[in-house]
Amino acid sequence: MYAQMVDTGAKKLRTLEEMGPEERAFQERIDADVKIEPKDWMPEAYRKTLIRQISQHAHSEVVGMLPEGNWITRAPSLQRKAILMAKVQDEAGHGLYLYAAAETLGVSRDQLVADLHAGKAKYSSIFNYPTLTWADIGAIGWLVDGAAIMNQIPLCRCSFGPYSRAMIRVCKEESFHQRQGFDIMMTLCRGTAEQKAMAQDALNRWWWPSLMMFGPPDADSVHSAQSAQWKIKILSNDELRQRFVDQTVPQADYLGITMPDPELKWNAERGHYDFGPIDWDELYNVVKGNGPCNRDRLRTRVKAWEEGAWVREAALAYAEKRAARVQKAA
Amino acid sequence: MTMERSEWPLWEIFIRSQHGLAHKHVGSLHAPDAEMAIKNARDVYTRRNEGVSIWAVKSADVTATAPSEKGPLFEPANSKIYRHPTFFPMPDEVKHI
Repeated sequence: MYAQMVDTGAKKLRTLEEMGPEERAFQERIDADVKIEPKDWMPEAYRKTLIRQISQHAHSEVVGMLPEGNWITRAPSLQRKAILMAKVQDEAGHGLYLYAAAETLGVSRDQLVADLHAGKAKYSSIFNYPTLTWADIGAIGWLVDGAAIMNQIPLCRCSFGPYSRAMIRVCKEESFHQRQGFDIMMTLCRGTAEQKAMAQDALNRWWWPSLMMFGPPDADSVHSAQSAQWKIKILSNDELRQRFVDQTVPQADYLGITMPDPELKWNAERGHYDFGPIDWDELYNVVKGNGPCNRDRLRTRVKAWEEGAWVREAALAYAEKRAARVQKAA
Repeated sequence: MTMERSEWPLWEIFIRSQHGLAHKHVGSLHAPDAEMAIKNARDVYTRRNEGVSIWAVKSADVTATAPSEKGPLFEPANSKIYRHPTFFPMPDEVKHI
């Protein structure tokens, strides 16, 4: 979901009998839950898909800093400001763990960043929505980070060692993000009628995009089936989405605000909440680059990268000069 | 653009946790030099008191075994099960051994 619609290059799933000896040994390791490490043999498509998935995930963490960074200077108290800065710093850290995991597959950091800036690599659709009020910071932590946790906990068990280890670190920190968001929502909902209305408005705008984060229904997607066979996708988009709805609705009830979905209701027979249809055209449109903030997000990233170039170059020149001096003295 | 040249080298980061254990590999990061590698490692890997000591080692300086050598390299240990104390059954009457 932080990685949506990842292309695996697969046309159909292959059985063990159809695989060559190396690929069969590889698949049998995955089936036995043995982790694949960077230097192990792996099919080229597995490597490419993972680079796509992990880098998309990393880009999402990095671009995800922008909508929240928007409110650092306007947080309602010094404590909220400090907390938000810590959260945004965590997102940078998560991006770094993930870039490092992707690099073990033989791609350079600069290449990954260049692909993002050229619009060749995607990041999660959710970060192309604007943060209009302070309540949006609450809604993002509660819903967006909540959805992220839902997706990332199963990924801790994924087949690729470095990705799995990065996910374990991320999950340990993510719970703070969700709780700080819920705490903001709780404070607003216990405040004035105007503050509660602000919380409701944020929920209205973030609910459907949060459900879209899990990606389109994947029942008949060959990419999903391939990713599942490789154990780089553990649960289906729909399974994760249902879990998220089931977990989140009672939390909204506690807050005393309601999801913007007239069809949402408990289905005792299924033991799950039923919910209304999702506007997939909206998701495809945002993924294509036509969300409310796509151009602005990318422009901000490119600007930060370009304006920081002299710092990166100066630091390297300084390190090289010092190394040369040490060598000369020796 | 001089892309290849401008990328900072990669460093492997090892952290000693609070509990007096050995330094353990936690991940990697890019930094122009050793000093910056330590500073970045502080920010990336110890935001929640995960450690009391950091080692940074240039990734290029790490020598590793190849997965294909695993068999011949570690096989000799497999056949020497007498190195484990459980190889020697002890009578129940014998204590403290």
